[in-house]
Amino acid sequence: MEDKEFFQKAVNSKYAKKIGKHTRLKESLIKIFFAVNGTMALIFIILIFVFLFKEGFKALDHIGLLDFLYLDRPDASGNIERVFQWYPTSEEPRYSLIPLLIGTFLTAFPATIISTLLGVGAGIYLSEVANPKFKEFLKPMIELFAGIPTVVLGFIMLVVGASFFNDILHPANRLNAFVASIGLSFVIIPIIASLTEDALHSIPNDLRMASYGLGATKWQTISKVILPAAFSGVSASILLGFGRAIGETMIVLMCAGNAANLTSNIFLSVRTMTATIAAEMGEVSQGSDHYYSLFFIGIVLFTITFFLNLIAEIIINKMRKKNTF
Amino acid sequence: MKETKIVVKDLNLFYGDKQALKKITMDIPDKRVTAFIGPSGCGKSTFLRVINRMNDLIDHVKIDGEVYIDGVNIYDRSLDIVNLRKNVGMVFQKSNLFPKTVYENIVYGPRINGIKDKKVLDEIVERTLNQAAIWEEVKDRLNDNALSLSGGQQQRLCIARALAVEPEIILMDEPASALDPISTAKIEELIHDLKKQYTIVIVTHNMQQAARVSDQTAFFYLGELIEFDRTTTIFTNPSKKQTEDYVTGRFG
Amino acid sequence: MELKKRKKDIAGFVSIGIVRITFSFLVLILLLLLGKIFIEGIGVISLEFLIDEPRNNMTEGGIGPAIFGTVAVTLLMVLFAVPLGVFSAIYLNEYAKDTFFTRIIRTSINNLAGVPSIVFGLFGLGFFILFIGKNLDEVFQTGLLFGQPALLWASTTLAVLVLPIVIVSTLEALNSVPKSHRDASYGLGATKWQTIKNVVLPQARPGILTGTILAISRGAGETAPILFLGAAFFLPNLPVADLCIGDYCIPMINPTEQFMYLAYHIFIMATQSANPTKTLPIQYGSTLVLIVLTFLLNITAIIFRYRFRKLLGRL
Repeated sequence: MEDKEFFQKAVNSKYAKKIGKHTRLKESLIKIFFAVNGTMALIFIILIFVFLFKEGFKALDHIGLLDFLYLDRPDASGNIERVFQWYPTSEEPRYSLIPLLIGTFLTAFPATIISTLLGVGAGIYLSEVANPKFKEFLKPMIELFAGIPTVVLGFIMLVVGASFFNDILHPANRLNAFVASIGLSFVIIPIIASLTEDALHSIPNDLRMASYGLGATKWQTISKVILPAAFSGVSASILLGFGRAIGETMIVLMCAGNAANLTSNIFLSVRTMTATIAAEMGEVSQGSDHYYSLFFIGIVLFTITFFLNLIAEIIINKMRKKNTF
Repeated sequence: MKETKIVVKDLNLFYGDKQALKKITMDIPDKRVTAFIGPSGCGKSTFLRVINRMNDLIDHVKIDGEVYIDGVNIYDRSLDIVNLRKNVGMVFQKSNLFPKTVYENIVYGPRINGIKDKKVLDEIVERTLNQAAIWEEVKDRLNDNALSLSGGQQQRLCIARALAVEPEIILMDEPASALDPISTAKIEELIHDLKKQYTIVIVTHNMQQAARVSDQTAFFYLGELIEFDRTTTIFTNPSKKQTEDYVTGRFG
Repeated sequence: MELKKRKKDIAGFVSIGIVRITFSFLVLILLLLLGKIFIEGIGVISLEFLIDEPRNNMTEGGIGPAIFGTVAVTLLMVLFAVPLGVFSAIYLNEYAKDTFFTRIIRTSINNLAGVPSIVFGLFGLGFFILFIGKNLDEVFQTGLLFGQPALLWASTTLAVLVLPIVIVSTLEALNSVPKSHRDASYGLGATKWQTIKNVVLPQARPGILTGTILAISRGAGETAPILFLGAAFFLPNLPVADLCIGDYCIPMINPTEQFMYLAYHIFIMATQSANPTKTLPIQYGSTLVLIVLTFLLNITAIIFRYRFRKLLGRL
């Protein structure tokens, strides 16, 4: 009985209004507009992969994969000699990436070690030692530090740093891997410091209180409780810093001397992968083997940094999950 | 017995694979206060959000069954959800005023519904603030940031904002849970006044509050509607053992 | 027991001391570095230096064209990157459902931020110049106009480079708008777009602005990707052309020309100029200008964000 009356009301009900065609169309168009933008951004990201790999793999048409490692050639006495050289403009071009890889790691590795020591220290200072009010002021300073254009750091290392180290260390080459790695440290220290600070800061305060409650001193709390708990975050920051050091161009281009030496001596000139692309791409004739081989270096560079970043991101994500209770 | 405003038939709701509401069937009367009570996680808030289809905004929610308001199935695919939400106002657990002025908060709804005339908007502001019994307190502060008001005032402003789009039904999701006793009393008084004109559904975890403000009370437990009856019956002579345990506080 | 504890305390004291010294050392180095640039550079800074062009085989004169080029490139970059980035972020945060696909997009955006900037240069060369540019020339029969290094392609490449910065900061800004405000808007009968336009975007605006400023600062300081995308050692003319509508002409940035760029100017003057020692003051002056420029941008962004977070903290 009552049901019937209730459903009769539907005839004039204001709830019965159907969706306006105009509104629905407008809302869908707006959604499509944003979706198109999102898709375009995605396409650009995909295109970076596509064009880098497309151009880079053309190098393999004429240059074998092994040629990127070494070249076997007869020396003066007719014996086969294995050479590791990057000399693409020679009559008999040599495309070994080994000296460039060595150059890259000889600058990036020391830079990462220096930055880890100083950056983690600075991170600990910011998170655990500094007075919170002072910290409010210091954190933006670190950000400003991180925002200095790398060409400025390259410039200052070139005109001041190189002479300074030349006078006290007397290296074989004035511009060398060591000078470049000091320059790189300026880039990486702020990265490691601020990510370390984040990682330490994300440790719940209960943990500190528990440690103090058990009679631990401040340093015992930091070294035995906080740092181990933040270990994964700190190591992710180091990985990211290392990736950044490998990918940095201007500092190594200006300060590492740019000679593709096959050396383990940090005080000799070296040439990194990034500097090779930067220095040679402007002069190379488009479509030559040399041209494509520079794109191939790009692939190597991209792959290395991509995996370093991916690992770091996985570590950070795991840490976030662990720290949300 | 008053007329029926909302009819729910065999309503099931799933979050992904998890069933949050099980075969709910109930009739909610017009111009009365209906309270939903039950332990947290029992589905009472979720069910409240079924009535104005707020759950549609959450990914992975699936609903089957029927909900009628004034005889109209509000889950009909061609129905205008926006129109539905305009006619079914909602007041949330925590005040969620926009970081705008008092005035701008009230006219937000009328404006998006196309009212531009300043005079009309002014009238709406005065009327709704009066209805929400807060006009005297804020009439000189209409251009102040709404977030500068006290918690209780903010919540009453939220009610005024909901009234500004002229709904017939007002859903309240624990509207006084974050307020002090004096502010709570004011809200309850307001609810009492508003039921002359509006159908009110209120979710509360506070049983005294349900007993004070509501005419009908529904007890939910683990996604099921256990019992639905006049409030006096629920609190003095419930027919189900679980209800009795809950209202007498013998519940885990 | 007593003794042991005191020993530990000494170790702790020393360690914390080392941490303090480390930090002070870094601050000291930074101050020395900035101080050196300031002292050496301030001498040459004058209005003429900022607007004049280089003279006498680059050994005298100012850096006007380099500043102009930097402004022109970053302006175009912002025009490309900010709408695309902001709209993409709105799609990701407001419309797209949380699926495997959108998570892939988010991850790749994060990863894009870590791709070496020189790789973006390769991308700009391979995609914008040799693919888009060459094809444009073919379609419009413009000879060699678009298919060569130019201001336009430097801007588009830098736009892709800063895209993650814009997207990530916009996402953060949108995310920080409380869900309860969206609920309130929907509850009052607003459509999705009305909610985004009237509630979400006004609250997210300072965050979006912060990202934009950071992107400008990053773009203005980048050198590596534009090395082979049209940055020039010296150009007698500014990359400007008259845009005429009827008889009325206004000078506009000509995006098909090469350009001078402040960051590139520093690099090239320091490494390849005819007399690097003689031009050292000019190099310091240019460096000081670039540093001041990026610091001003970054400080603005930091203040903006600080206020934005404080505002959110109040909600």
